[in-house]
Amino acid sequence: MVMLSAMHMYKAFGDTLVLRDISIEVREGEVLAVIGPSGSGKSTLLRCINQLETLDRGEITVCGERMVTDGRYSDPAALRRIRLKVGLVFQNFNLFPHFSVLQNVTEAPMKVLGKSREAAEATAKGLLKKMGVLEKAASYPFELSGGQQQRVSIVRALALNPEILFFDEPTSALDPELTGEVLKVIRSLAEEKMTMVIVTHEMAFARDVADRVVFMDGGVVVEEGPPSQVFGNPQQERTKQFLLRYTEG
Amino acid sequence: MTYEAIRSLLPAMVEGMLTSLQVFFLTLLISLPLGIVLAAGRMSKHGLIRWPVQLYLLVMRGTPLMLQLFFFYFGPYYLFGAKPMDRLWAAILTFGLNYTAYFAEIFRGGLESIPKGQYEAAIILGMTRWQTFTRIIFPQVLKRILPPMGSEFMTLVKDTALARVIAVAELFDIAAKAANSFVSVTPYILAAVFYLVMNFLVGHGFLLVERKLSYYK
Repeated sequence: MVMLSAMHMYKAFGDTLVLRDISIEVREGEVLAVIGPSGSGKSTLLRCINQLETLDRGEITVCGERMVTDGRYSDPAALRRIRLKVGLVFQNFNLFPHFSVLQNVTEAPMKVLGKSREAAEATAKGLLKKMGVLEKAASYPFELSGGQQQRVSIVRALALNPEILFFDEPTSALDPELTGEVLKVIRSLAEEKMTMVIVTHEMAFARDVADRVVFMDGGVVVEEGPPSQVFGNPQQERTKQFLLRYTEG
Repeated sequence: MTYEAIRSLLPAMVEGMLTSLQVFFLTLLISLPLGIVLAAGRMSKHGLIRWPVQLYLLVMRGTPLMLQLFFFYFGPYYLFGAKPMDRLWAAILTFGLNYTAYFAEIFRGGLESIPKGQYEAAIILGMTRWQTFTRIIFPQVLKRILPPMGSEFMTLVKDTALARVIAVAELFDIAAKAANSFVSVTPYILAAVFYLVMNFLVGHGFLLVERKLSYYK
């Protein structure tokens, strides 16, 4: 089943065309990695699908529900239903600093989904435990390391039980020694067949975890395919150059 | 001044202080909520909303509070021949409208200091605009604006003395009249002590709230 179909997307900021006729599709249980140089439009792509930016043209369908048709957005009720089906993990975590870890996770299930405190806390504690941060439940974000904060923010997204989870460079704000613990929990989600779209600069991770890789540059998809092909035998010159630069470090 | 004279003056000064406190609290009641509204207006994308708000802030912050007191008290009479308002209420209204401008700028500073990511996280989690503001944004704004708010509250305590110019019998008015009739500086010293005590309490109150909110960074 196709979980996300985003076709012919266009987006400009002023005179700068950031997305030019870009299309991606994600199937249930699939992990899609989006790679590409800075400024290639990867984050904008994610932000458009997550309703943080508005598309200029294109069509987006999420879990069978139309979000944008020919550049026109569906009614607010539909957009809200779609909002609750997708989750987004930010590069900078964006945890709520005035809430404890547990409150960060239970806030939306209680206030948005109307769950009882008991139910929300039970779910939250289960997920925190799974991500190895249960002992931090009563702590505040500033008391956590970057890796712990990012794992909490993944738990916060999972607590709403999304159909698709998006990651916007989830390890880019972390010290190198902390990226491993975050990649590990994303990998465990992949093993559980969570549908995910991951924008990342971690090439080894993308190669290892993704079912499919999209290489973006200049607002277009340059190359797309299974990791073995995109990383092992890239067809396009731009892909080759990009990967070369990355493997050189 | 004799001890007896001071003792007989104190009840009047306490009464004056109560009037000052009335001005203080009712001013806050008007200006704090209105300040939030104007801060929102000042940050609006729409020029038609933002521009009048900016003009309001300029006028209220750019002209003397004493002038504004005269204007609001005498203005309706001079302009329309209307019956003058009650002096106390004219003072409260003027202070309210004036402090709204200062609070609006403090709120704006606080609101603009909250990272965009906080709004985006709330949006992504499906929170409504009201939930985002009341649960996520405002509590963080409150913590950040406490120091400037504390100063502004203390300034207001002292500014209530200006109500004297439209003959509101507040603390300073009582003291000044007593100083004249007793030909003594003692009433001024007494009034100073009253203001100091009030502002000590205001400052201490803010310190307590700051401490309460220091559990996070």
